[in-house]
Amino acid sequence: MNLPPTNRPAPNGLIRWFHQLGSPPYFDRFAARWAPWAHLLALLTMGIGLYGALFQVPADYQQGDSFRILYIHVPAAWMSMAIFALMGVYAAIALVWRIKLCEILAMACAPTGAAFTLVTLATGSIWGKPMWGTWWDWDPRLTTELILLFLYLGVMGLYAAIDDRRDAARAAGFLAIVGVALLPVIRWSVVWWNSLHQGQTIRLFGESSMDPSMVWPLLWMIVGTKLWFAGSLLNRARADNLRRETGKDWVAKLAGATP
Amino acid sequence: MRQAASALVRRDLQLLWTRRGDALQPALFALLTVVLFALGLGGEADALAPVASAVLWLAVLLAGLLALDSLFRGDAEDGSLEQWMLAPVPLWWLVLVRTLMHWLTTALPVIVAVPVLGELLHLPHAQLPVLMGSLLLGTPILSLLGAVVAALTVGMRRAGVLVALLALPLYVPVLVFGAGAVAAASQGLDPVGALLLLGAGLSISLVFAPLAAAAALRIAHN
Repeated sequence: MNLPPTNRPAPNGLIRWFHQLGSPPYFDRFAARWAPWAHLLALLTMGIGLYGALFQVPADYQQGDSFRILYIHVPAAWMSMAIFALMGVYAAIALVWRIKLCEILAMACAPTGAAFTLVTLATGSIWGKPMWGTWWDWDPRLTTELILLFLYLGVMGLYAAIDDRRDAARAAGFLAIVGVALLPVIRWSVVWWNSLHQGQTIRLFGESSMDPSMVWPLLWMIVGTKLWFAGSLLNRARADNLRRETGKDWVAKLAGATP
Repeated sequence: MRQAASALVRRDLQLLWTRRGDALQPALFALLTVVLFALGLGGEADALAPVASAVLWLAVLLAGLLALDSLFRGDAEDGSLEQWMLAPVPLWWLVLVRTLMHWLTTALPVIVAVPVLGELLHLPHAQLPVLMGSLLLGTPILSLLGAVVAALTVGMRRAGVLVALLALPLYVPVLVFGAGAVAAASQGLDPVGALLLLGAGLSISLVFAPLAAAAALRIAHN
């Protein structure tokens, strides 16, 4: 039998892998395999970063030792915004191409992102008490970060409130896309308004206004929080994926059921 | 398009007329909020006057929030919403008309009552024009943003506190600039900047909010 020739080239390895990853059983195996590694590597890198932050880096000439909380505050703040952006991207992909796995991934972003936002607010206010003399101030940066927390909670609440999982993910994802408009406001809030919060001191490109001897643990922490997020994302998405696929054969087989 | 709009307007007004009592509910709610604030602050004119404009803004905002759930719910329950989606006019156009009608029937009565409520709170008379201006520019933004949230939650049987949780973060900038304009005027500063920002926000939300709300309606009610 002669098959008609097709004009489409055979998909190369990377593209095939990407398509396979969209299938629930394949994703389950992938997540189960890599999530522990991501968490392990995250503990390792954050351990190095924290050791450097607490024991290696010299104390600040003005703030003394209390500035060391920055090594948690700044990576957490960056993650709180990066995760929201990623959630928006996943949600947009899910809305346009209706990829089920992207819905799951978008919704799996929210709890971890909310946790990072909470860490940012908590460490900021612990630092603010001795430095600014107040736990809280209605400063643009602080206020917008608090609104970000409410947006995360709104996304999670909306996802939990609708019965149909796919409808819920699409509605909550839509809210996430709308909420992305807040991110530039947070990013530039210290520039647009007079703010108690300090301006940008750390730059990935160009010269930071922070001494180089103080920067290196921060880089470890940034990589560590990213890895930690990757691990939690995979775990959460895997759990949600399994919950949605309950009743399918491959889940029953995974659970050890005998047919 | 104009025909569809006028039909929708006529229907909404008729429905409103058959339930005349409900139309006064938001204004009544705002009055109760103002009374509770006044009593909670001790009722002294010295204590009330500085916060009067902020309390009035909050009362109007909360009254609007309370009315938000009714924006599309009735139509979703009796099936009119399906007809909206099948109609030969764009969905966003119907959403826009409905939202403006909703603003006229729920927000405007409260705004009309604001001068009276202001007297209860000993609002300085010089602040009244700026307050009214900021409310007239700001409350349509609240209604338009609220339409997006109401559209997202229309599929749920009881949205409850979720509507507030979703809407309030979006309302924050409007409240900041709206109440900020009055605060600036009371300190002798120029309130025009904040009012212009509100106007800009109103123009943007007039364009984008109906589109977003229409998309959200299709997601939530398929």
